[in-house]
Amino acid sequence: MHFDSHVGHIGGNLSCIDTMVVLFHLILKKDDQFILSKGHSAGAYYATLWSIGKLSESDLLKFHKDDTLLSAHPPAHGIDDILFATGSLGHGLSLASGLALAKKLRSQPGRIYCLMSDGELNEGSCWEALIFAKQQKLSNLTMIVDLNGLQGFGTTKDVADLEPLVDKFTSFGVPTNVVDGHDFESLAASLTNQDVFNIVIAKTHKGNGISYMQDRMEWHYLPMSQEQYELAIREIELS
Amino acid sequence: MRAIFCDSLVREAQKHDDFVFLTGDLGFMALEPLQNAIGQRFINAGVAEQNMISVAAGLAKNGLRPWVYSIAPFIYARPFEQIRNDICLHNLPVIIVGNGGGYGYGVMGATHHAIEDYGTLLTLQGLHSYIPAFDEDLSHMLNFLTKVEHPAYLRLGLAEPPKGVKIPSYASWRRLESGEKWVILTVGPLAGSLWQMIRECGDILTPSLWALTELPIKSLPDEFLSDINRSPNLLIVEEHVAQGGAGQIIATQLLKQGIRLNRFETRTALGYPSKRYGSQKFHRRESQIDAISIGDFLASQGNI
Repeated sequence: MHFDSHVGHIGGNLSCIDTMVVLFHLILKKDDQFILSKGHSAGAYYATLWSIGKLSESDLLKFHKDDTLLSAHPPAHGIDDILFATGSLGHGLSLASGLALAKKLRSQPGRIYCLMSDGELNEGSCWEALIFAKQQKLSNLTMIVDLNGLQGFGTTKDVADLEPLVDKFTSFGVPTNVVDGHDFESLAASLTNQDVFNIVIAKTHKGNGISYMQDRMEWHYLPMSQEQYELAIREIELS
Repeated sequence: MRAIFCDSLVREAQKHDDFVFLTGDLGFMALEPLQNAIGQRFINAGVAEQNMISVAAGLAKNGLRPWVYSIAPFIYARPFEQIRNDICLHNLPVIIVGNGGGYGYGVMGATHHAIEDYGTLLTLQGLHSYIPAFDEDLSHMLNFLTKVEHPAYLRLGLAEPPKGVKIPSYASWRRLESGEKWVILTVGPLAGSLWQMIRECGDILTPSLWALTELPIKSLPDEFLSDINRSPNLLIVEEHVAQGGAGQIIATQLLKQGIRLNRFETRTALGYPSKRYGSQKFHRRESQIDAISIGDFLASQGNI
């Protein structure tokens, strides 16, 4: 998709696609809902929806093209599984809190999962949402942080260091687990049987699995050349 | 108007189990009856307007009808992106309530004024603005807004109807006085003080006076067209800046309908010309949108 459309953002897609695959294949049930707060990983979201039959191959081939539903960031209309247009960071956890609160007020089943980026935590609105979700005892809400350590123009440590992040979250009184974000079993275990508002920090690698992309900031932006694409395919097939 | 708003909302809220109200930590000595009436559906979201708006979008997405409340500038300007992306892009029925529109918060200062609110919000897809002129308008408006299928902004102000008058039944366009030479169209509560001025002037100043309470407009009503056909001098007065205000909206509609006037004048909020602060009355006077200034204008135009 990204190669065909000659677009970037693939690094952050590869850091969180494992989390989305685990969510959509192993965790989400009929009444559950998902918000992708880090909207720039829409490609991974679309690919995951394709993997469960919610989007077609031809849908994916129109990614990033004219007259597509699959814009670079999740669209406001046209795909039932995408509840909100995201892409401007710092909205998702509040939206997820609203979905969770509605279920709570109406005594409806279902859990809300919100996937955020670590750079996104620079946004003050994320912390407004965290305070709200805790205060409202949104026991049907799970926040997942894709902790790849890189943001738009530097490392998270150099730009706005939030470590120790676990201590910050737990100081709000929110149970927080740290897992390997590329280990399906660990991810699935951390996302199962939760009955309180909780946070899962998925430690990941930007550009995961591709030697020339992994942990390199430039793959937030760069499109692949033909040679780079072919190498990426070979590396994935060998892994 | 806020107390009437609360009383009317209590009645509406009790009729609709999908009603939910969020406040940005405001409403002391005003919203307690609503809080008591609806229990857990009254949520103090704290001093965090960005979060509150997005939470409301989530609530609406899952089938509830949220109302969000704060002082007008805090509820429309701070979380503008959340209103745009999370509510309006999805056409969700969230009611955004701004208390103290225009210069309503007076000497509290410029940070508490909202003189660009409805024009700014009307740029967003699908959003409609409601600016009640009289306390009596709220009952109709709130009943309507509990069932509306699009985002809405409700600007609350201080109603100032002349003593002893009967307020005409609610309509988004209402003729309050029928007269000659000039037609005055005003937005929201300003209608009351202008109406009072016209009544006090008796036979001296005799313009027609209209109150407009919903934006955008679909068309110009026939009775209004009849008035400006008879008296083709139109003055639009609003407690809002010129950009995006009713004056521009009406001017565009007049042009679209090919209607020519002898005179088209607007009086709008000018901000803070003297860089001094005071009551709502003080700021209206500085912008020449108060009743005395409008009376002086009409007198200077030979409407005597």
